[in-house]
Amino acid sequence: MNRATAGRYGGKAAGVIFGAALLLTGFPADRLSAQDVQRGKVVYDKWCMGCHGETGLGDGPAAKFMLPPPRDFTGAKYQIRTTASGELPADADIERVVAEGMPGTAMPEWKSKLSGAEQKDVVAYVKSLSTFFEGAQPPAVVAFGKAPGGGADAIADGGKTFEKLECFKCHGMSGRGNGKSSPTLKDDWDFPIRAANLSQNWNFNGGGAVEDIYRRMRTGLDGTPMPSFSDALDAKVITDEQLWHVAQYVRSLSPEESPPAVREVIRAAPVAQGAALPAGPDDSTWSRAEPSFIPMVGQIIAKPRWFAPSVTGIWVQSMHDGNKLAVRVSWDDGSKSPDPAWDEWMARLVKSVTDADGALTPAQGPDRFWVQFPKRVTDEAERPYFLGGNTRRPVYLWRWASTPDASEEGTGTGLGRFAALSGASEMTHAASFTDGRWHVQFTRALVPADTTASPTFGVGRAIPIAFFAGDGSNGETGARGAVSAWYAIYLDVPTPPTVYVMPLVAVLLTAGLGLVVVWRAQQQNRKS
Amino acid sequence: MKRLARYTLTLAFAVTGATQLLAQGAVTGTVKFTGAAPANPKIDMAEEPICKAKYTTAPTDPVVVVNKGGLGNVFISVTSGLPAGAKAAAPSTPGTIDQQGCLYHPRVFGVMAGQSIEIKNSDAVLHNIKAMPKKNRGFNISQPTAGMKTMKTFPVAEAAVPFECNVHGWMKAKVFVMDTPYFAVSDENGAFSLKGLPAGTYTLEAWHEKYGTKTATVTVTATGGTATFTFAAS
Repeated sequence: MNRATAGRYGGKAAGVIFGAALLLTGFPADRLSAQDVQRGKVVYDKWCMGCHGETGLGDGPAAKFMLPPPRDFTGAKYQIRTTASGELPADADIERVVAEGMPGTAMPEWKSKLSGAEQKDVVAYVKSLSTFFEGAQPPAVVAFGKAPGGGADAIADGGKTFEKLECFKCHGMSGRGNGKSSPTLKDDWDFPIRAANLSQNWNFNGGGAVEDIYRRMRTGLDGTPMPSFSDALDAKVITDEQLWHVAQYVRSLSPEESPPAVREVIRAAPVAQGAALPAGPDDSTWSRAEPSFIPMVGQIIAKPRWFAPSVTGIWVQSMHDGNKLAVRVSWDDGSKSPDPAWDEWMARLVKSVTDADGALTPAQGPDRFWVQFPKRVTDEAERPYFLGGNTRRPVYLWRWASTPDASEEGTGTGLGRFAALSGASEMTHAASFTDGRWHVQFTRALVPADTTASPTFGVGRAIPIAFFAGDGSNGETGARGAVSAWYAIYLDVPTPPTVYVMPLVAVLLTAGLGLVVVWRAQQQNRKS
Repeated sequence: MKRLARYTLTLAFAVTGATQLLAQGAVTGTVKFTGAAPANPKIDMAEEPICKAKYTTAPTDPVVVVNKGGLGNVFISVTSGLPAGAKAAAPSTPGTIDQQGCLYHPRVFGVMAGQSIEIKNSDAVLHNIKAMPKKNRGFNISQPTAGMKTMKTFPVAEAAVPFECNVHGWMKAKVFVMDTPYFAVSDENGAFSLKGLPAGTYTLEAWHEKYGTKTATVTVTATGGTATFTFAAS
């Protein structure tokens, strides 16, 4: 049943109820809305209460682990609206959030789980949790207009307005959510809140399209530090076109393909004959290697678990030269941890997140990154346990930490069970941190000195690979951090010159043969 | 019906006006502070040179303002003693709050419910102004340039509505939205004056953001009245 027919059936049902209510009571309208709310309560108690709490205070049993926390409905503050700052949302605004969820948060989409009527009912119930909706008129929806043509000029102009409006104060110059004010940001409930990383539009709470971005700037995100810029328009500080250009500029900070496609295999391309592997993480040679996007999620299996990871995705590139393998990992991080500027963030985090598995201390650790392979690469389908392996199937690990900048290679038999390999590390690393982004390059010989201690990276085969990231300014120490599933890294076989020659030979042969056939046919025609 | 309402309203105004003419006194007073005033937290404005340049000495967050034994930024209002249902129209002049040197001026002030609040930016930097009331609807607006002004109104009385700037996390103000015009804020020497109170006995409350509330009883005669509050260093 699609939306339209659902609405029609809903309408019929409402008509029947209306009629029944009219017969039974003198207050049909009240009864009708009460019915919606009652049905909505059933949906709410089943699906929403665990996070949003029995009375909508945002204090359900799961709330204390989440960051951002579930919304408190009693104050009727809604981030994603089509109404002016501080105004109540339109029903359609809340319906959209229920249907689509809030990307970048724990709020999932419900359109595949709840019927259209159930979604509307639960909205009616959620509204009943706040006194602000009692007797309130439907709010005025902002007239947003349409986007002017985009293009390079529009984006460049948007970049200038981005600076003029000082968006960078929170979002950072390159938009990675690492502005100077970012560690101090808090929401209306004093929970720490991140300035959106504008280079990851798939995590924007209200959607990542140009129109979505423009709307967020017009209405602000109530309950968060993000203000409305409508007053700046009214005061003629900027024009509407300029604001649209900012939206187009912000969109341009994220990849064209959004969210980036996740592929199972990371390709390690061979460098050109005689060329060298990149010398470090900022070597321009890396621009030639195709990046693979790997989503990361909080480590919520082994204790202590972590539900509020700072790193939600990484980019991996790889190259080899027949002797060595180089892997560059890049990810966004607001700070090079530990960073005193983030003490305030940590203090607020400790206050906000209850860690059932152990105390969270305000002391910051370093940033960390681990790359994991099976200790032995076999043709078996079964891979080691993805969380650091186990004693039966250990993993080979590269572990890097930012402060002091150091790395080690070793064997893992479970998360937190790590034994460094004896002797000097065959893996070398180099790390750089620029404007809210880490680049770390790991390099190692394809064939290690001791092939029983660590795996051989054979050309022409897929080797399982997995990742772990920890942000030291976000309380991520020990097992707290973000993890990936297993992926594979495939070391491409260098292309031999015959690959290019053989097709040419085949073409020439075919053409020649064709000519012969035609010539023979013509000869026979002439004879007869 | 409408006419009756209008008459009643006019009558009410006339009566109120007459009462005020007949007997009204100013309550003058002081908010005293005993003990050593704590040092206010330093503000690092290194990231905002435009604001930093407005100070000759290192700026601090003026949480506790003590001069000559008097405590400033204390909000004083009448909590009881006024005739039941006493209402007054909101003044047509707005209350104003200015962002100057990356601090709010004033830090504490009152307006009447329905009275406009003019929010002004005197700094050539981006400020956002987030109001977080509980009974009224809040707002979060941006003022990216110097000279920008925005008008806002709270229709319902509410104490100590927090105003804050998220670009500059230290910027905080408190706005009291009142049903009556009888309120005042102590100046930097702790002095205040409540004007226009009809003769009678009242309970006054003094509120300070760090030291909480104190109450005092004052009797107002034709010549006025005096009230003293004393806060002590904790």
